[in-house]
Parts: sequence; structure tokens; C-alpha cells
Amino acid sequence: MSSILIKNAELLDPSEELDMDGHLAVRDGLIVYVGADLEEAAAQAGPDAVVVDARGRMATAGLIDMHVHLREPGNEAVETIASGAMAAVAGGFSSVACMPNTDPPVDDEAAVIFQQREAHRAGLANVFPVGAITAGRKGEELAEMTQMAKAGAVAFSDDGDAVPNAGLLRRALSYAKMAGKPVLEHCEDNSLKGEGVMDEGFMSTMLGLKGIPDECEEVIVARDVAMSRLTGGHIHIQHVSTANSVEIIRMAKREGSRVTAEVTPHHLTLTCEAVKDYDPVFKVNPPLRAERDIKALRRGLRDGTIDAIASDHAPHLEEAKELEFAQAPSGMIGLETTLGVVSTTLIHENGFTWAEIIPLLTSKPSDILGLGRGRLKVGLPGDITVIDPDLEWTVDAETFHSKSRNCPFNGWSLRGRAVMTVVGGKVMFDLEGKFGPCQALR
Amino acid sequence: MLWTRKHLLGLQELSAGEITFILERADSFKEVCTRPNKKVPALVGRTIVNMFFENSTRTNLSFQLAARRLSADVLMFSKTGTSVAKGETMVDTARNIEAMGVDVMVLRHGSSGAPWKLAKNVSCAVVNAGDGQHEHPTQALLDLYTIREVRGGIAGLTVGIVGDIAHSRVARSNIWGLTKLGARVMVVGPTTLIPREIEKMGVEVCHDMDLALRECDVLNMLRIQFERQGGGNPFPSIREYKHMFGLTRERLKKGKPDLTIMHPGPVNRGIELSPEVADGSQSVILRQVGNGLAVRMAVLQLVAGVE
Repeated sequence: MSSILIKNAELLDPSEELDMDGHLAVRDGLIVYVGADLEEAAAQAGPDAVVVDARGRMATAGLIDMHVHLREPGNEAVETIASGAMAAVAGGFSSVACMPNTDPPVDDEAAVIFQQREAHRAGLANVFPVGAITAGRKGEELAEMTQMAKAGAVAFSDDGDAVPNAGLLRRALSYAKMAGKPVLEHCEDNSLKGEGVMDEGFMSTMLGLKGIPDECEEVIVARDVAMSRLTGGHIHIQHVSTANSVEIIRMAKREGSRVTAEVTPHHLTLTCEAVKDYDPVFKVNPPLRAERDIKALRRGLRDGTIDAIASDHAPHLEEAKELEFAQAPSGMIGLETTLGVVSTTLIHENGFTWAEIIPLLTSKPSDILGLGRGRLKVGLPGDITVIDPDLEWTVDAETFHSKSRNCPFNGWSLRGRAVMTVVGGKVMFDLEGKFGPCQALR
Repeated sequence: MLWTRKHLLGLQELSAGEITFILERADSFKEVCTRPNKKVPALVGRTIVNMFFENSTRTNLSFQLAARRLSADVLMFSKTGTSVAKGETMVDTARNIEAMGVDVMVLRHGSSGAPWKLAKNVSCAVVNAGDGQHEHPTQALLDLYTIREVRGGIAGLTVGIVGDIAHSRVARSNIWGLTKLGARVMVVGPTTLIPREIEKMGVEVCHDMDLALRECDVLNMLRIQFERQGGGNPFPSIREYKHMFGLTRERLKKGKPDLTIMHPGPVNRGIELSPEVADGSQSVILRQVGNGLAVRMAVLQLVAGVE
């Protein structure tokens, strides 16, 4: 039952210059037809295909979130690979790349295989493990990158921390290049971060909370693009948060360096003003910045400086987020809100088009990680997301499939939502509850 | 005017009228404190708990004594270290104590914002006795009270707050209170201890102690909070700091002859203040401590809602 016919959809894949009303067929897990001929599509899908009428809706390649934390192994009370994968498909994501800062960290072949096995057992979304850059994520010695790559790791990252010095990063980039994988960097200089818990500026001064200056990120971004230039390795800047970081990346791209970058929905929409009531749900690394940074990040999306939108889905226990602001852990969940927040704030409210946004969630992250998906193209894996671009809904974290509730967008009224997520030709999420194992809980 | 607030959390959220109201209320309690019988029956039958999650001697004692002079029953709870380590959150602890029947919680906590969190989670009144690097409203109120008493008013004065502004809740509460009551405020200290964009709070920034001495009518000297520095020493040596910002008898001569010297305590003698200045005729440090009692009696009576 891995065949499906999606008919009467607006097919959108800007990477293939596809924008038409038509039909999609998936058979035996692969896309077998994309086009306007319904009879041909039905024939390709075969007689036992699930048939979905997507009139008035948009069908895109299955969305890819290249930055999530699934907390397994080690923190299964917060999230598991299965619960995270369910949250993914419920948010329209057929694929996620999970960061290795688990407990213990994913820093060898066995850990990569374990995560893949758990993902396979859950059988919901494609889960692509990212391996650690350094053994134990300690920032001292390189981890066994080529072994992890052979086992299926798609990239390397010490996410949560930057590689502590340029010499080590140079070796990591050079070595990862041999493994054919990108290095994903969490850009914060710990000597500038100190005990900082929010953006540094008037708000942190007034609230009496220790600040993290913009430059804490920018010095690492600048160092990283220099090391990419030196080694020819592919550096990917995670969760860009400041205007000057965007400018540094723009310059590096102009010089032809192998630099890519992602931005989160929260950095695109929220400022440090959100911290004013000391609610730790708004505590995140890098911290929420200022209005001018939001503007620069959006400009960066528009001109191609930023390549991907990723949630940095970071689940935490409710108890932990009930601590005082300085003691509470950093991070917010986003798998089930990313599409709605982006659709509402960028497309409906700020004039972005779906054609601008969809590649940031499909083909571009696929290319960065070398996933060979993210396109509506015959022969590729049958991952498809059906989106209702005008569906109005209200975020209620209590209904989430994620085990955690630390969502900064709780209560927001959004417009636009994934109504169906197909992974390898199987319906894994259906908002209307007709197909698939995973339904909306409301 | 009527007091309508349930809690006293910070001076940022109070109006000039509310601040003045508290100071005027403190006048009557100051008189009480001079009587042989220093006790009044204002809060008979009420229970006040001091919840101190951070070490404190004078604030704790001052609140206890204030509560006792109002005839309230006083409970003491103190626990240092973060709640994470001990397994019970502050809110859990507070709810348990509240269940015993408490009217006012006086909270000292090492984390900025903690009293706001507490106020959202309990139904009794909350008084902030200092949160992290954020606010210490009763300290600022007693500072305002003392300035008003010594100088006859606050509007039009130039007040310098000297030292570790970055880590000081006393500085922040004083800035809100002083600016609301019409004083000109200078924050004085090394560049590394002045937080970003503090000018937006309505103050002038100064790195020259001699200039501050020439301009100011009142200097509030803060302690360097060595325990809160985190990211490394903010200045090369104590010797150099003393040289730059310490107030000695010699340097005092550069100031106005009627300059008032204040300090929230505890004094690092020989660093920010030389002993002869701390104990000298221009120092009102012990008056501040005495006034603290009257101010805290006023605050407790107001939030306990007893008129």
C-alpha cells in the first residue's frame, strides 16, 4: 500500500519550474507521474492506490526540516524519535535531520544505526541522523566521521556549541569534505556568551538578565566562512539570528565560498521584547534579537543568502521550563507550527510567495544535506505534502503530537497548514482523519 | 490616594504618586520606631513569611523586625542554591508554605524575575526583597526616604550611583525611583560595569569619579559583586579600581561640601569607601538602615491590605 494518486492539486516545485494544476502518482514508494493527464496518472498509480482529491490545495515535495532535536537516546521523557517523527508529519514534514546532542551524543556508527532503527520502527517520517563533529561533542578530537557517513549520517554538527577553535574547525571541514558531507555550525562564541541568557541591549539591562551580544554569533560566522575558504569544505550556518551574520554570509557567497545558512521561524518573527515577562518559553540559543534583525533575515531569505527554514525543534519538559528564566533550559519546539507561522507571517502578511518559500523547505535543504529528494520529479521518493494555504487555525500546544509543550506560538491564529503528509507513498498524516496512522488530535 | 496594588514587585511599575505615598506612610512608622514601645497592632493575626533563596543578613532582619513591630506572625524560610539542584521548584515550595495560611510572602531570590513568577502562582501578596540583578524596591524606597529626609526633597538633586551598575538590583530600582521623582541620575563606574543602553532608562553615564564628585549632591556607593561577575574580572585589580572610583577622605574634598554619602551595604571597606568616609559626618549609611525599618513596615502594612 505505498501507492497514491493525488488529483486536482496545484503542483508547486519551483526547483523544477513546476507550477500547474495537475496530478501526482506514487507507486511502490517512488514518484511515477507528475502532470496534467489524470488518466495517465491513475494508470501509473495502479488500481490499489489511495486516491486523494486535493482540489483547492497545493501539493509540494514532502517538506524537510533540516534541524530538529529528537532527544533519543537519553531524554525519552521529553521526545523520542517516534514522537518527534509524528510531530514532523503532523506539521507537514516528511523528512527531518536530527542533531546529535543526545545523551550520549551521536558520535559513532552504532549511535547512527540506533537512531535509524528507531526511525524505521516508528515508520512515520524519514529521519536523517547528523553525527557529532567531535568525539563526545567535547570539542577536542574529531569523531569518526567517515564511519558515521557510511552508516547514514548526512552531516556533522556539534549543535548546541560551536567548534571551540579555528584549528579544530579547519581539520573538521577538511575531513568532512573527504566524507562528502557538510559541517553544520551552531555559531556562538562561549567567551562572549558567558552566562548570557537573552539578547544583550536595553531589554537585558532593564530586566537584569545577562546579555548575549550579536557579535557572539558574528565572530564565529566570520571565522567559519574563512575556514570554509581555506579548506574548500562546506560550512552550513545554523539558525542565523543577526543582521550582520546575514551580511557576512552574503559576502562569503559572493566570493564563491561553500557556505549555506538556515533561519528559524522564531528568529523570523519574535524579538527580545517577548522576554519581558521572564517566560522561559522564549529562552532560546541564539537568543531572540531585534526588529532590524528580523528585517535583515527576511531580506536574506528573499535574495538567496539564506537557503533554508528550519525549526530547531528543541523539546523540553514543562517542569524545566517552569524554572526561573536564568535556570531554565534554552529551546522551543516548532515542527507543528513552522509551516503555519511561515505561511502566515511571511506569505499572507509580508508579501512572500509560496514559490519563494517552498524551496527553502524542500529542494534547498535536500541539496545541502544531499538527500536526493525535495522535488516533484519522477523517480524520486514519494514524499509529498498537501497544503491548504488558506486554512485558518489556532495553535493549541495541548494537541501537539510532540511530547513537549514549549511552543512560543501557542495561541496564535494562523493561516495555512499541511493537511496531508505522504512519506514514501504512504499517507502518514491526514488532518481530516480519513487515511494514515497520524491524525489531528483536536 | 488609595493603595490599590496587591504586591510590591518593583519600582519600574510604580507611579511617582505611589512611591510618594509609601514614603509618607513610612513617616508615621518612623515615629513609631522612636517610642519606647515600638510595637503597633496593625497586623495582629496576619502571617508573613520571609522566603530567602539567597543569603542576606540585613534585609532579612529588617523585614522580620518590621513584621514583628506590626504584630504579625513571622515565618522564616531560607534555602540557598538553585531549586534545580534541590529537586523542588520555588513555586512548589511557595505553594506548600501558602497552604499553611500566609498573607504576605517576602521573597529574596538570585534569579531576576522570580517575584513575578511567584506572584502569578500564589494568591497571597508578594514583596520583592531583591531579585537577581533586577530590582530591590524596598532598598530603593529606603534610599529615597533617606535622601528626602537629609536633603529635604528629591526633585532637582543630582544623584550619582557608583560602581558595579551591571550587577546591581539596587541601581536599577534607584534609577526608576529617582527619575520618577525628578532627580538627575548619573551612573558612574568603569566601562566594563555599565550595562548596554542604560541611557534609555533616563540616566547619564560617567566614567570619571572627579566629574561625578563635582556634579553630585548625593553619591550612592555600590559594592563590587565579585560573586556575580561570571565572565572574568571587569577590571585589572582592586588597587586600580580604588584609584579610579574609590572614595577616600582626600578625594571627598573635590565634592560639594554638603555631599551626602550612601551605601546599601554590606560595605567593602577600603574598596569603594575608605573607613573614615564610611564612618564620617557625610555618611548616612546607618540612617539608611534605620529608615529601612520604617519603609518596610509601611510596605508590609500596605500590601497586607490593612488600613
